[in-house]
Amino acid sequence: MDTLPPLQTLLRLSNFGRSLYAPGYTYQPVSVEEIEQIFKTARRQGLTVGLRGAGKSYNDAALNGGGIVIDLRRMNRILDWNPETGVVRLEPGVTIQQLWQHILPDGWWPPVVSGTMTTTLGGCLAMNIHGKNNFRMGTLGEHVLEFTLLLPTGLEILCGPKKNRDLFYAAIGGLGMLGVFTTITLQMKKIRSGLLQVRAWNVPNLAAHLNALEAGAPAHDYIVGWLDATARRAGLGRGQIHTADYLTEEQDPRPQHSLRVEYQTLPSTFFGLVPKSLLHYFMAPFMNNPGTRAVNTAKYLLGLTARSYRQTHAAFHFLLDYIPDWELAYGRNGLIQYQSFLPKETARDAWTEMLTLSHRRGLPSYLGVTKRHRPDEFLLSHAVDGFSLALDFKVTDRKRARLAQLLQDFDRIVLEAGGRFYFAKNSETTPQTARHFLGQEAMAKFKALKKRCDPHNLLESDLYRRVFEEDE
Amino acid sequence: MPKNALSLPPRSTPLKPRRRALVIGASSGIGAALARQLAREGYALALLARRQDMLETLCKEINAASGESRAVFYVHDVREYAAVPALLQRILADLGSLDLVVYNAGVNLPAAYDFENDRLMTEVNFIGALAWLDRVAALFQQLRSGQIVGISSVAGDRGRAGNPAYTASKAALTCYLEALRNRLSRYGVHVLTVKPGFVQTDMLKQAQRPFMVISPEQAAADICKALRRRKQFLYTPARWGLIMLIIRLIPSFLFRRLRFLA
Ligand SMILES: Cc1cc2nc3c(=O)[nH]c(=O)nc-3n(C[C@H](O)[C@H](O)[C@H](O)COP(=O)(O)OP(=O)(O)OC[C@H]3O[C@@H](n4cnc5c(N)ncnc54)[C@H](O)[C@@H]3O)c2cc1C
Ligand SMILES: NC(=O)c1ccc[n+]([C@@H]2O[C@H](COP(=O)([O-])OP(=O)(O)OC[C@H]3O[C@@H](n4cnc5c(N)ncnc54)[C@H](OP(=O)(O)O)[C@@H]3O)[C@@H](O)[C@H]2O)c1
Repeated sequence: MDTLPPLQTLLRLSNFGRSLYAPGYTYQPVSVEEIEQIFKTARRQGLTVGLRGAGKSYNDAALNGGGIVIDLRRMNRILDWNPETGVVRLEPGVTIQQLWQHILPDGWWPPVVSGTMTTTLGGCLAMNIHGKNNFRMGTLGEHVLEFTLLLPTGLEILCGPKKNRDLFYAAIGGLGMLGVFTTITLQMKKIRSGLLQVRAWNVPNLAAHLNALEAGAPAHDYIVGWLDATARRAGLGRGQIHTADYLTEEQDPRPQHSLRVEYQTLPSTFFGLVPKSLLHYFMAPFMNNPGTRAVNTAKYLLGLTARSYRQTHAAFHFLLDYIPDWELAYGRNGLIQYQSFLPKETARDAWTEMLTLSHRRGLPSYLGVTKRHRPDEFLLSHAVDGFSLALDFKVTDRKRARLAQLLQDFDRIVLEAGGRFYFAKNSETTPQTARHFLGQEAMAKFKALKKRCDPHNLLESDLYRRVFEEDE
Repeated sequence: MPKNALSLPPRSTPLKPRRRALVIGASSGIGAALARQLAREGYALALLARRQDMLETLCKEINAASGESRAVFYVHDVREYAAVPALLQRILADLGSLDLVVYNAGVNLPAAYDFENDRLMTEVNFIGALAWLDRVAALFQQLRSGQIVGISSVAGDRGRAGNPAYTASKAALTCYLEALRNRLSRYGVHVLTVKPGFVQTDMLKQAQRPFMVISPEQAAADICKALRRRKQFLYTPARWGLIMLIIRLIPSFLFRRLRFLA
């Protein structure tokens, strides 16, 4: 007779946006053997197992309400680093921050990073994250040389682009539903300087915005847009484009200096005055329709003259980490993000319709971010040859039902325009929507692989239940 | 423990949050009415009792009315104390979380100095409540949230000649619930003690001279309102509050002479 997981291990876990909570019996293993033990316990207890990295997904991906949650953050050793070849082998709980700080002094940088450095590589691979260089470098999965995947059955499988190919292309972006990444081997990118040359300029409307992304991408290493989602009519889709380019050794005469970790570190006060940790209190009063419109307008006007400056890699990529816990500014009910990926041919019309709809219903997004993308080969891919637009929304009791309706209408518009979605972000995607954009075939293939890797259906998450488990 | 055969209710999303309740003693009367009412308010439900056919019918009715899977059931006798921890774990896993637990199971058997009857009443009305609510209290304390409802009775406010063991079991339950409230309020956990008067259910057959009888639906509506307002005590119907205030003040030597009350 096995004992029940003790209640003391039951933690109230949340999504990144603190708009969703679910209790899970949380274990923090440090070895593969411990993970195997947890799977055995789960099976005996009739409980399911969800995997969790840093819990930075915006939705229910890293939640498994009432079940076991394996928090992998303590498996965080960098096992092997070769500064000659730029190949790194690491455990899944290593964060992007740990990784760049380890390799930067040798002149390397992760080829793909998320907008926060607090994420783990296991979590990033399970979602197959993209960066502001997706159009050039693809997703993180494209830089994986190999990984070992521990199946719930206890089997460990080595996968690479040519080894167990099917599993390789399905487990990357596989939402942690096929097995646990236990070691990951990645190729890093050589850089000559710790600085980037950044250019910023305004774009007056959506057409100009998308043109700038498309035209700018081939000429730059990184490109990203801020979209003022509160602007209407002629200004609809206006915003600011940022590009960044690596520097050559000639352009940075003191690379040994800029490649130091201390040089990259983000400042601990804002404008030298307000401690960063308190900043979200100052943001909270602006988190409403008029407040955001005022802030966005000010930001747009300040950006009217184009600028060019140098910035560290950390400062350019992890702008959001400048303000710790900024998600708290969204208040008691937290925030959600809705990210849609559209082919370049249909993006403009679809987003015009969506933004207009959000204004008409009095539900503007408070933050919009655009990127340029390219397709990839992964089974549950979110990528397109086109653009993405990520919209943040504040959740309030009063607006909940209307927001749900708005996002449902968004889904319809995006699907009709041939678009896709990202499972790290959207919290309301239905099984019908997922089947529509992934296609019946990809979905069936994924489920067949899941049956093979996880015959007892031990791996589950609230996301997987929501999107993949209809009428079973 | 095997997974539930009915399809499980959907989980919460940020825009479609869903409260989840466990009703112990849900197959008939107040418990069944409360289950229907909670389902109408959007709750996902785990329903417990011994009579499987009644639970099954109730779940089907609730799920048909709400157009989705909203209720699942578990056959359980509250005197199977040892089964409680595993069953609670199962329910938590099936619903994804728990926000509300109602202990409603109760029996009222004829009082005839019959130890077996008296023990049964004590076990169902009180010991079963300990078995469940001790565990639930630990869970909610750990989660720093949750609401507990105990269905006690006006009968528990005084020791009454009519049915000593029944009134004693309800008095014990009332006292236990108050103690839980005092322990749990600092953790943000809310405890509501419900004291119905006479409710038109099977149990009413045991009552000698029922008056001010209300429907189980009325009782359920009152309970839901008290839950939203996070009240500590509820007399349903409310008039019993005044009546019991007076009755509690009557000195014992007098009370036992008032045949119609005692
Ligand atoms: C501020 C912010 C900015 C972001 N910017 C970007 C961005 O620019 N681009 C982008 O693509 N995403 C971005 N994201 C999303 C984020 O990168 C992903 O959600 C990522 O998966 C989070 O990693 P995590 O370690 O927190 O994983 P979690 O959120 O904890 O988990 C994510 C998934 O990984 C699974 N998982 C975790 N560890 C393992 C493992 N070892 N083996 C198998 N499966 C595992 C989990 O089950 C879950 O399904 C951003 C998020 C935030 C909060
Ligand atoms: N009716 C009144 O006037 C009145 C007044 C004051 C207080 N109350 C209290 O209200 C509560 C509900 O009673 P009711 O009037 O609705 O009567 P009821 O219809 O008889 O309901 C009693 C419920 O308790 C369940 N139950 C009984 N024994 C059980 C056991 N051993 N294990 C599991 N479940 C058990 C029953 O289900 P199964 O039989 O299927 O197991 C049923 O669902 C009781 O606690 C009662 O004391 C009622």
